[in-house]
Amino acid sequence: MAEPASVAAESLAGSRARAARTVLGQVVLPGEELLLPEQEDAEGPGGAVERPLSLNARACSRVRVVCGPGLRRCGDRLLVTKCGRLRHKEPGSGSGGGVYWVDSQQKRYVPVKGDHVIGIVTAKSGDIFKVDVGGSEPASLSYLSFEGATKRNRPNVQVGDLIYGQFVVANKDMEPEMVCIDSCGRANGMGVIGQDGLLFKVTLGLIRKLLAPDCEIIQEVGKLYPLEIVFGMNGRIWVKAKTIQQTLILANILEACEHMTSDQRKQIFSRLAES
Amino acid sequence: MEEETHTDAKIRAENGTGSSPRGPGCSLRHFACEQNLLSRPDGSASFLQGDTSVLAGVYGPAEVKVSKEIFNKATLEVILRPKIGLPGVAEKSRERLIRNTCEAVVLGTLHPRTSITVVLQVVSDAGSLLACCLNAACMALVDAGVPMRALFCGVACALDSDGTLVLDPTSKQEKEARAVLTFALDSVERKLLMSSTKGLYSDTEQCLAAAQAASQHVFRFYRESLQRRYSKS
Repeated sequence: MAEPASVAAESLAGSRARAARTVLGQVVLPGEELLLPEQEDAEGPGGAVERPLSLNARACSRVRVVCGPGLRRCGDRLLVTKCGRLRHKEPGSGSGGGVYWVDSQQKRYVPVKGDHVIGIVTAKSGDIFKVDVGGSEPASLSYLSFEGATKRNRPNVQVGDLIYGQFVVANKDMEPEMVCIDSCGRANGMGVIGQDGLLFKVTLGLIRKLLAPDCEIIQEVGKLYPLEIVFGMNGRIWVKAKTIQQTLILANILEACEHMTSDQRKQIFSRLAES
Repeated sequence: MEEETHTDAKIRAENGTGSSPRGPGCSLRHFACEQNLLSRPDGSASFLQGDTSVLAGVYGPAEVKVSKEIFNKATLEVILRPKIGLPGVAEKSRERLIRNTCEAVVLGTLHPRTSITVVLQVVSDAGSLLACCLNAACMALVDAGVPMRALFCGVACALDSDGTLVLDPTSKQEKEARAVLTFALDSVERKLLMSSTKGLYSDTEQCLAAAQAASQHVFRFYRESLQRRYSKS
């Protein structure tokens, strides 16, 4: 039947692959395909352009593009798998076409190698601690992965303690493993988080925003009260201020930051600074 | 404080011309969608089609019981709760249809040995319930950030005793219809993912074509709704 076919063709036309460059900063939906820069010329308008064959068969100059979170390779195109804004980072130096990724808002954490996270010790079995990091599996932490830990000198870690560490093994096939030392054997701020303070959960997007360089929120919060703060990439934040009231105020501000514009934030900070 | 994105859209799908007889009631009802309204689940959405409303929550990728884990992909579970009474056989069969649709679309191989649970609660049922459940499930999965290879939507249509096709039927239209067909279509090429049919009918092609045309509007609504959500951040 002619009618449904024309309707179908019209709907399919909207889903042709677009060049990644043109979609930067826009919201992309799962299922969209993006063309990498070197393929745009090949596709061309209409796609059936005749090209004279070059006798000097040079290998097509492939630019190495890194596919970040939210994107998958699908043939020689990028398939969007999460909804969010498409971002691109130019390569700092050397070759490569940079990194493309989708900035999405999520609450659930999936362990990634190298991420610094806050975990809660849930079990102690032999030489391994089981640490809940908010993912699908508890991570394992060996007692030797603390600074200055030896078989005789065991670290003082109890069930229920908060641990700040980083992942050394985190992929979809294996149980995640974390450590509290860096590659040189130094703690570098990691380890058991001290007494008191408050642990609360926020979305992953907010953490990334707060950890971005030159984040105004952190600078303003630092001017309010003296505080200790630890950010985990798994959406957990630990704060400690002099009094419980100050700690709670800080926790509320950080949780609310996500939905406030910078003007509203400045108002609240100035009101708090006065009182 | 919760971020709520309430998007209203009045969508009309007029399939006026064509060789098949189309009645005046060939338009989709008023749509509305709200995301991230529940604080506990990783993703949640409420989808409204006319007076039919379904609330969906997604948990995942989360821990899975050893008896239910699959070694190379995520275990997808769908729980559908009716508005009143205990879930029965009809709910079980709908859960299975929704689960099969979601499994075709969700990239489960990225999260092996985990579980992704979709919980659907019927808030009000005024026709096209399965289609509304599918739409709510899709929006909730997107809200939770579960990796998917495409979006999907559900479109229901009812065939009258004189062959008139009505899209998005109300409960009254469903009761009086000769056949009720529900299709789940994917967003990339409008391919058929799932179909659930009840009654006497002879021409699936016509209904499928009408559903594919209507799904265009649903996907456009999804896009607008998600763009509005991300424009606020």
